[in-house]
Amino acid sequence: MEYVLKKTVSMIETVLAVSFLVFLAFAVIPGDPAVAKLGTSATAEKVAALREQMGLNKPLLVRYFSWIKSFFFGDMGTSYSYGVSVRSMLAGKLPITLTLTFFSFVLIILFSIPLGIYTAKHEDSRASGAADVTNQIVMAVPAFFIGILITYAFGLVLHLFTPGGYVGYRESLSGFLYYMLFPALAIALPKAAMNTKLLKSSVLKEAKNDYVRTAYSRGNSTNEVLYRHVLKNALMPVITFLGMTLSDIVAGSLIIEQVFSIPGIGRMLITSIANRDYPVVQAIIAAVAVIVIVVNFLVDLLYRLIDPRTGGSLS
Amino acid sequence: MLDVVDLNIEFHDHLLPETVVFDFDLHMDEGEIVGLVGESGSGKTMSALSIAGLLSRKHMKKRGKIEFMGTDILNCPRKELRRLQGNDISMVFQEPMTSLDPLKTIGYQVEESLMIHTELTAPERMEKVLSALRDVELSEPEKLIRCYPHELSGGMRQRVMIAAALICEPKLLICDEPTTALDVTIQAQIIELLKKVNREHHTAILFISHDLSLVRQLCERVLVMYQGNIVESGPCEEVFFRPKHSYTKQLIAAIPRFEKLK
Amino acid sequence: MKGSGLNNFRFKAGVVISALMVLLSVIGMIGTPYDPNAMDASAKFAGVSAAHLMGCDNFGRDIFSRILSGCGTTLVVAFFTVLIGVLGGTLIGAVTGYYGGTVDELLMRLNDTVLAFPSILLALVMISLFGSGKIKLIAALGIVFMPSFARIVRAEFIKCRNMDYVSSAKLMGVPDHRIMFVHILPNATRVMLSSVAIGFNNAVLAEAGMSFLGIGVQPPDASLGRMLSEAQAFLFVKPSYALFTGLMIVLMILGFSLMNEGLERADA
Repeated sequence: MEYVLKKTVSMIETVLAVSFLVFLAFAVIPGDPAVAKLGTSATAEKVAALREQMGLNKPLLVRYFSWIKSFFFGDMGTSYSYGVSVRSMLAGKLPITLTLTFFSFVLIILFSIPLGIYTAKHEDSRASGAADVTNQIVMAVPAFFIGILITYAFGLVLHLFTPGGYVGYRESLSGFLYYMLFPALAIALPKAAMNTKLLKSSVLKEAKNDYVRTAYSRGNSTNEVLYRHVLKNALMPVITFLGMTLSDIVAGSLIIEQVFSIPGIGRMLITSIANRDYPVVQAIIAAVAVIVIVVNFLVDLLYRLIDPRTGGSLS
Repeated sequence: MLDVVDLNIEFHDHLLPETVVFDFDLHMDEGEIVGLVGESGSGKTMSALSIAGLLSRKHMKKRGKIEFMGTDILNCPRKELRRLQGNDISMVFQEPMTSLDPLKTIGYQVEESLMIHTELTAPERMEKVLSALRDVELSEPEKLIRCYPHELSGGMRQRVMIAAALICEPKLLICDEPTTALDVTIQAQIIELLKKVNREHHTAILFISHDLSLVRQLCERVLVMYQGNIVESGPCEEVFFRPKHSYTKQLIAAIPRFEKLK
Repeated sequence: MKGSGLNNFRFKAGVVISALMVLLSVIGMIGTPYDPNAMDASAKFAGVSAAHLMGCDNFGRDIFSRILSGCGTTLVVAFFTVLIGVLGGTLIGAVTGYYGGTVDELLMRLNDTVLAFPSILLALVMISLFGSGKIKLIAALGIVFMPSFARIVRAEFIKCRNMDYVSSAKLMGVPDHRIMFVHILPNATRVMLSSVAIGFNNAVLAEAGMSFLGIGVQPPDASLGRMLSEAQAFLFVKPSYALFTGLMIVLMILGFSLMNEGLERADA
């Protein structure tokens, strides 16, 4: 428990630090948000009044704490471009991006764990060699290029889905989930290739350990040695990798949304950057940061739960 | 019980095949304790591993015969071999630090052979595990079964290894340098423990060591290996006091003086 | 494998591919068969021919020339990104690792935070603050890449700072900066080599990704990422456009990852 507490405190520190950096970054940029809101033709009095109203005259730290406080209570500010609350803009988009991220994550696991085990088990076989070469190549393909290839192959040639024909989850949940499968595949493939390679080398490394010989000496078959002993040990680095991958998946989904015309957080971010709609950009960055930090925290706890050597039972 | 005749082990992982064990012969009866002495690289571990059926078949060629209670270890199907392993033949390894699975509880690791070889129910197995841990003189076995290897000292881990090896009451226990990684005082305790096991369960023990004085404390008979060959064998006292081979003489000369006077 | 060193297939294949890509990029910087931005209405969507090795795009621009020039841009961006990342990261890592203390504590906290963040997202923040374009992109990515190098160098310095040869150098009065950069730093070369290869690939990916989103390299600079996003619009009419462009990015990354893989195998 003490460990969880310590980690939680350090996580909150990190969240505060990151959010402050994000806030600072957007506070020091040239240009007056009041002017941006009113347009350059506004009179000086009007600008000054709005500055007062927006609290722009207060010291930086005060503004930061009032921002983080309202952020915490769900008020993420108002979009410069659309004049609506950022929260309402994010609310409809977040489920889309989270679904994409979740799908990708599941696909990575579904591909890489069985394939990693297979290639490790049949290390010297031809099929395993072919899988290694394929892996090496797939790893080098950027997700958005895989997205384009999937669009061409599955969309334009095989007609499995309509490229650009995104279906909203409110219209048809099944249609939405089906459409999301393809972008998720694009994000998952390179990461799955990396993870397969990692798991393979991890299994082979573990298989050289003394405890494997002990397990054989008790009459375990090769499969029993693998599934009872080697695999759990070999999965430890994989868990670390998957945790680190998560932020890449989030980043990947930002780009993939563009490829598959998915109106998620990523597209909103790009549009907002182009429009210099800072409250929206700021809110998205902060939200993604918080998600990534929290997930890393959970992965860390999971790791400790599984590996007794790191303290066991979270104490 | 155990008959090894003309065992030869060859490695084929380099350009030239390399023989590491030449014409190894060994006969053991039930309840007997035999010592196998030699320096590292002399082939003693290789011989022991092949008796236990643990020498991987890749890159390696074994000739000769190993017969254990009517089973041809070298040529029988893997399945038949697995039925013996952990059940009739058990092994305790040199490194108690790394020979236990770091992510499994002590209880599971002691219990595993029972799960593989018997039809006992979980509570029955648990009973046996606890009594096996008591047998190797570990205190608080109820607490211990929930521990992980890293929480135990080297001596405790080796006791756990022995308990796990003995859980199915094997006919033959092979100990490959079981005390080398341990402190001297712990060494003596482990030797006493092995004597007790032999006395109470009538388990035959093949004790491998580079330490002739340890072998003398425990074994009735001893084989001395040097560069893949058995250079000398016979009753312990005879080999110890009337060594014929020059290598054995060097081994004896290497023992600190006060022990020799004992 | 001992003694064979770098004489393995992966490393050789990586060197060949990378050399080819560098060659193409250099050609792209010196001069291309056509002006990459010259439009030729008569050659709209022209197929593969002797005149246009990879055909033409929707404006009749020669795809091969655009690809060469795009490779050049990507390589330059990746090279300078890694250069800035390595120089900055080494300096930060060396100072914090060697001296330790509060500054080290603070910087590493910051470092860990930044590392937990998707690098593209960080670069996006910077781009949204400073604007886009080649130079700004290099600066943004370079800064984003510093922490990963800093961490590696720092770890090496922490390992070495209490070693006997460092202590004896200190006793002999060797100045700190000399101990840091002449005595300790060379130990970090091997690990750095791996992270340079990985960093280079991440830089290529980041440049292509951001240009694909339209917020990286801006016209008239050709960029593989932006070409790919243009090609996507004509995927049905001319799939080869996207294929050729994407393939270049893949080869650029594959070359370095194979070399790194080869290095790792030589170590093992």
